[in-house]
Amino acid sequence: MSGLTSDFGRELGFIEKLRGISWGLVVLVLVAASCGIAVLFSAADGNMQPWASAQMIRFAIALVPMLGAAFLGIRSWFRVAYWVYALALALVVAVDLRGFVGMGARRWIDLGLIQLQPSSLMNIALVLALARYFHVRTEEEVARIRFLVPPALMVLIPAALVLKQPDLGTAIMLLLTGAALFFIAGMRLRFFALMGFAVAAAAPTGWHFLRDYQKNRIYTFLDPESDPLGAGYHILQSKIALGSGGFFGRGFLNGTQSHLSFLPEKQTDFIFTTLAEEFGFVGGVALLALYMLIVGYGFVIALRCRSFFGRLLGLGIVTNFSLYVFINTAMVMGLIPVVGVPLPLISYGGTAMLAVMFGFGLVLNVGVHREVRFNRKGELQPD
Amino acid sequence: MRQDALRHKLLTRRAAMLAGGQALLLAAIGGRMYQLQIAQSEHYTVLADENRISLRLIAPVRGRIVDRFGVALADNRQNYHLVIVPEQAGDIGATLDALEALIEVSETDRRRVLREVRRKHSFVPVIVRANLSWDEMARVEVAVPELPGVSIDQGVTRHYPFGEITAHVLGYVAAVSEQELDGDPLLELPDFRIGKSGVEKAQDANLRGTAGTSQVEVNALGRVVRELARVAGKPGQDAVSSLDVVMQQFVTRRCSTEQSVACVLLDAITGDILALVSSPGFDPVPFSTGLSSAMWQELSNDPRKPLSNKVIAGVYPPGSTFKPVVASAALTAGVLTPETSFTCPGYLAFGNTTFHCWRHGGHGTLRLRDAIKKSCDVFFYETARRVGIDRLAAMAHRFGFGGLLGLDIPGERPGLIPTREWKFATTGGAWSQGETLIAGIGQGSVLATPLQLATMVARLVTGRAVIPRLVRPEGLMLPGGDRGPSDFPSLDLAPRTRALVVDGMNAVVNEQGGTAYAARIPNPGLAMGGKSGTSQVRHISDYERAHGVRKVRQVPWKQRDHALFVAFAPVSAPRYVCATVVEHGGTSGGGGSAVAAPICRDILLEVQRRDPSRRVPAENGVAALDTARNQPGPRGG
Repeated sequence: MSGLTSDFGRELGFIEKLRGISWGLVVLVLVAASCGIAVLFSAADGNMQPWASAQMIRFAIALVPMLGAAFLGIRSWFRVAYWVYALALALVVAVDLRGFVGMGARRWIDLGLIQLQPSSLMNIALVLALARYFHVRTEEEVARIRFLVPPALMVLIPAALVLKQPDLGTAIMLLLTGAALFFIAGMRLRFFALMGFAVAAAAPTGWHFLRDYQKNRIYTFLDPESDPLGAGYHILQSKIALGSGGFFGRGFLNGTQSHLSFLPEKQTDFIFTTLAEEFGFVGGVALLALYMLIVGYGFVIALRCRSFFGRLLGLGIVTNFSLYVFINTAMVMGLIPVVGVPLPLISYGGTAMLAVMFGFGLVLNVGVHREVRFNRKGELQPD
Repeated sequence: MRQDALRHKLLTRRAAMLAGGQALLLAAIGGRMYQLQIAQSEHYTVLADENRISLRLIAPVRGRIVDRFGVALADNRQNYHLVIVPEQAGDIGATLDALEALIEVSETDRRRVLREVRRKHSFVPVIVRANLSWDEMARVEVAVPELPGVSIDQGVTRHYPFGEITAHVLGYVAAVSEQELDGDPLLELPDFRIGKSGVEKAQDANLRGTAGTSQVEVNALGRVVRELARVAGKPGQDAVSSLDVVMQQFVTRRCSTEQSVACVLLDAITGDILALVSSPGFDPVPFSTGLSSAMWQELSNDPRKPLSNKVIAGVYPPGSTFKPVVASAALTAGVLTPETSFTCPGYLAFGNTTFHCWRHGGHGTLRLRDAIKKSCDVFFYETARRVGIDRLAAMAHRFGFGGLLGLDIPGERPGLIPTREWKFATTGGAWSQGETLIAGIGQGSVLATPLQLATMVARLVTGRAVIPRLVRPEGLMLPGGDRGPSDFPSLDLAPRTRALVVDGMNAVVNEQGGTAYAARIPNPGLAMGGKSGTSQVRHISDYERAHGVRKVRQVPWKQRDHALFVAFAPVSAPRYVCATVVEHGGTSGGGGSAVAAPICRDILLEVQRRDPSRRVPAENGVAALDTARNQPGPRGG
């Protein structure tokens, strides 16, 4: 510790960075991803194809950007934060303009080798950009409303674009993540109250912009049993799967709801149900505990960081991660309407895995560079 | 830097609040999990099982119908269908091409298969060809390994080994119609067949059996993943028919010499119908597999009515075969004794009308016995006049006329015995005595089915209210012989009356001068008694009467008289009764005796030789026990 503290003036060496990485967090992430692969194996009736093996490869590939993000200097991330944001925004716009339609929504962009869903990367880019913005602003400035307009736009523009795709889930994630960062950055609580009113006032107009299927999902959420074979089918089948799992579950590979295809999207958005049907209450709670450990670990790393940018970055990403977990699990349990967000590290999907791993790379980065302090211009700063 | 420290403090506080918020959310998720997975787990487990477990019915095997000795008249035959499972076959067109090289696949079949493949789930087998011949099946079976998704499915169809011969008795089975749904879930199975007429319909409840169930696990698309449990159903019970199929074949063959015949052979004591032939018959198979409209048109437009069971649904004026009833009524009423004599000059003038006897010159003076023997019309006009229509109708009803006999298969018709009330109800007019006279020779409005005629004779010779039957609830004939139900109520007819009438009928056949003397059975132990009848289909005009009735060949078939004969044998102890109606088979006069009597004679001779009411016939070279001697003598006679 003391060695690093005195060496604040120079960049860290490779070995030092390697030692600074929170390997515990890496292990937890690895464990969670392994659970995901096991569930995907089961979802394919005990086969590695088509999901489990592909997910393993993606996870292995995603380790590279994760470690890359961890090893790059934190001040470099500070410098390129807006550029990353701009790039992600450009990709989202590109999807709107020329992306292709998959599953009824225009969310994907074809980058030759891989198909990318830029909206999931947008979350990380947004956290980076907001962390940089609030790092630059002083506490007094944050307390003033005009300094909150640019970051608010940073949140609303991508959220609006994503909503247009239409991807209500990611749009909500962007809004909630943005709000969380505003909160951590020290925005006055009364502004939150004000925003609450604004949202309430805008809700009827916003309702107007929702697609019919999104409205239906909300209706269905309010009364899922009203249409058990139509829009309410998914959530009802998911609840049946969860409930029939009971305390210990039906056993690995024995879930009837998932294996007999009653459960929709069993390998993506509803994968938590697949897991909790087979492993029961015990398995579901164990996974939630694992997530809690990861989030807690992230909080500790972020709070031990000495730079404001690092703290915001770490807390923002971890909060974003935990919001994904909450929204996904609450959705499959019928607590909130179906909005279509994946369960991080578990759901089958390349871009989401990439985004999550990249995000954890940044959290590790915050841990590695916890003693590095820098001013508003990104210049190193002595104590 | 103090500012920095303050800011860090604020951030830490806010982060702690955020962590607290997240903990609350986590608690909410955990609570929901508890609610779903522990508190309401049983409820959702039931729902999950309802989702995946589907109860399928297994159709029971339909019971057979056998004759009195156990010979199968209706059974089930395995048949083979060629099916394709689209998801395994891949390219359906190519598979069909390959099949076409082996067996015939019509263009219609091809289009239907392609249409069904598009409509159904890809795992649902589609039938390419039903009812493969053995040869076709062998050819496909060899090629199956190279044809993925192609397989041969077994099904069951109803089979009638005797085809047309038993069609009217057994009826047929066909797909269930909307009106027939009675709550039995079996009837909703797509390929289920139900009895539509004859014994198949009457005994449907017993033949049908009860459904088995198969509990299967299905996925969300309805595909069966595996069977969880199976409860075997109960196969349908066999129904035993009273027929003796050998006699049935004999009678069918014998009747085929005429165009359109209704003939029934009864066991007078048990009421068992040993043979029932309505000729021509029909092939029952197309009714179950699908009848073409051309075939239907042909069958329903045939003037000989092959689809109608003329024995129970054909109504004819009984003609002189009705005279035993008139005689019984007169003797019972006391308006006639065996010694009473009338003179027949060939006609009877009554009011303004002249009633003719069939014999132009008349019969002279004669008593009851000769009147029956010679079938004198004038004698019976006078007898009927004395009896009156009320007593005549009452006696006719006692013999089974003018109402349903209560046969155990559907389709029976009541015929008609006219009465004053009937006349008033249908025409509004009063009964005239002339009509009584006409009824006295079984003409006018009197209508009867051949089965009623046979029943009349059975009742006459046994003195009991015999009810004919086609189904034997007690089962097969046992080697010990068939005593039969003796619990038919008495007819309440004086034995002397019956003896007098039966004696007259004996004279008809066995005495020179009797109308059916030519058809007698010379062997005294097997001799039959009987009564002939010829019933007019049209009115004989005065012109014809004056100029002589045209020769039979000159009259169109549809206008020729019906020839009837009723008979019993042996005369000494009557057991078998036969009634035959040859539609449009008679000339005026002795039509019944010339055409119908020989048929009855041949049948009664054969049935006595075979004796199916008392003997189990020899089978596989083993002689059946001759139990006839040990049997108590039949009643009546």
